[in-house]
Amino acid sequence: MKKLLTLITVCALALPAVAAESAGSGISDSVFLAAVFAMACFVGYYVVWSVTPALHTPLMSVTNAISAVVVVGAIIAAAATLFSSTGDAQTTNEIWTARALGTGGVFLASINIFGGFLVTRRMLAMYKKKPKS
Amino acid sequence: MSMTANTAAALYLVSAILFIFAIRGLSSPDTARRGNMLGIIGMALAVGVTILRLGPSLSPTTLGLIGGALVLGAIIGILLAQKAPMTSMPQLVGAFNALGGGASLLGAAAAFYAPAAFGLLGANDAIIGHSMVELSISVILGAITFTGSWIAFGKLNGNIPGGPVILPLRHVLNILLALTLIGCVLGLLFGWAPPQVLFITLIVVSLILGITLIIPIGGADMPVVISMLNSYSGWAAAALGFGLGNFALIIVGALVGASGAILSYIMCKGMNRSFISVILGGFGADDAVAGGGGSNADRPVKRGSAEDAAFIMKNASRVIIVPGYGMAVAQAQHALKEMAGKLKEEGVDVAYAIHPVAGRMPGHMNVLLAEAQVPYDEVFELDDINSQFPATDVAFVIGANDVTNPSAKNDSTSPIFGMPILDVESAQTVLFVKRSLGSGYAGIENPLFFNDNTMMLLSDAKKMVEEIVKAL
Repeated sequence: MKKLLTLITVCALALPAVAAESAGSGISDSVFLAAVFAMACFVGYYVVWSVTPALHTPLMSVTNAISAVVVVGAIIAAAATLFSSTGDAQTTNEIWTARALGTGGVFLASINIFGGFLVTRRMLAMYKKKPKS
Repeated sequence: MSMTANTAAALYLVSAILFIFAIRGLSSPDTARRGNMLGIIGMALAVGVTILRLGPSLSPTTLGLIGGALVLGAIIGILLAQKAPMTSMPQLVGAFNALGGGASLLGAAAAFYAPAAFGLLGANDAIIGHSMVELSISVILGAITFTGSWIAFGKLNGNIPGGPVILPLRHVLNILLALTLIGCVLGLLFGWAPPQVLFITLIVVSLILGITLIIPIGGADMPVVISMLNSYSGWAAAALGFGLGNFALIIVGALVGASGAILSYIMCKGMNRSFISVILGGFGADDAVAGGGGSNADRPVKRGSAEDAAFIMKNASRVIIVPGYGMAVAQAQHALKEMAGKLKEEGVDVAYAIHPVAGRMPGHMNVLLAEAQVPYDEVFELDDINSQFPATDVAFVIGANDVTNPSAKNDSTSPIFGMPILDVESAQTVLFVKRSLGSGYAGIENPLFFNDNTMMLLSDAKKMVEEIVKAL
């Protein structure tokens, strides 16, 4: 039953993507993203309630690690370039600011990713069942 | 090699689905390890797609910088995660959370400086209105998460006083700060002032707000606070995802946001307090106020020694151990497991009962017991074990206090009235390991101490348990 629920919600998530593809440019990007977000909130709600209370600490550390997926934004920033060759001095400065901020973001997110997944792994390795007698 | 926008989007979607399964795996310890692996694969995929998508525009220098930042972060992250003892998990999670918030903040700030690289420029070479709002939300939440989590870290780690720090007029101050933030965002939208100035103000004020919001909240309310900050870091990621039009960020943000929100809800319910009252802070401020019933200072207390406790438990047929934050502080979990082992050899049935808010973060006690290799099927949640106390010979309370306080049930003047508690008083004998007869964090006396069937074992938790082990 729970597996089915997960499957349905995952399909529901993919649906707007398919719909947008087939409908061409029928809906604007923002509406589309909002649809994905709304569905994801529901998925999050059901998936998180299914987590056993004994694993709430690993839940926190793993959500912590995956929230560091903002590294994607940081990488794009770190790689920011001038699109036109006619950038004035101010624009060039701004690009360098963005790149510095982005590289810093990659660094922070990377600590969070590696540390978060590793500490979750360490914790989960400790949960053992009663040895069968 | 470069990939199309559609391929990249589809792969980001796959990575988001892997993250969903990572959380889904936590429904049981059996599947949790595989779930964690799926999460790691999802993250690697997201990073890989991003780099491949940038493909040709990456110069070797840029690639080197990104790679360097990743590797350096990885080394620090791995060292931190390897070294941290299990008792300091709450601090560590707080610190990692701060970094996540910081990364959101920096990502959004970078997008503000180089909007073209993110495709955020509108017709007149200004950032599109809704993108500006999304970036601002990401900046605000990221910054609050950043400083707020460091404050939570400091309180949990003992770098700053754990109690609530009450600033004068703090509610007025916070409202003023929040209004300033709204003003900045509107200013950015309608061009009231140079955008750079407004943007820097937005960042600085958000960072300050993170401090002023969290500092008045006492150490014992930290489970709610770190869950809440966890949730904020999720919403910050989602807002950035809207700004960048990225699935992985939006879906992950929603997942993490929901997770933190649900955990805060569970923690608040475990204390029978509203989320708002926890967030407003100041709880546990006056130690002088005892909840109802007047002073109990002169009432007699039955004290016992380790030998007494060992004798009572050896002759019991069922013992339920109730751990609390005191066990974590004293690092008594290993000694406790040894004691349980000895008791089992004597034919005693041993179980553990965990209150939802025991410790300093959700699930704190479960992790410590798991570390001491207590099998997880001996550990029970409040709802599952509470009805078993009347049929139990000994309730062994170690380092827990308020979560066993019967005032929560029968004294409507008590500040914790209505909070669900573990019914240890209905066990035949209650053994209470505690450093002193002092009250718990809420400043409430526990009438349980003075019951006839309660024996107080006044000592450091670890030392007491070790002595009991010896006596057994």
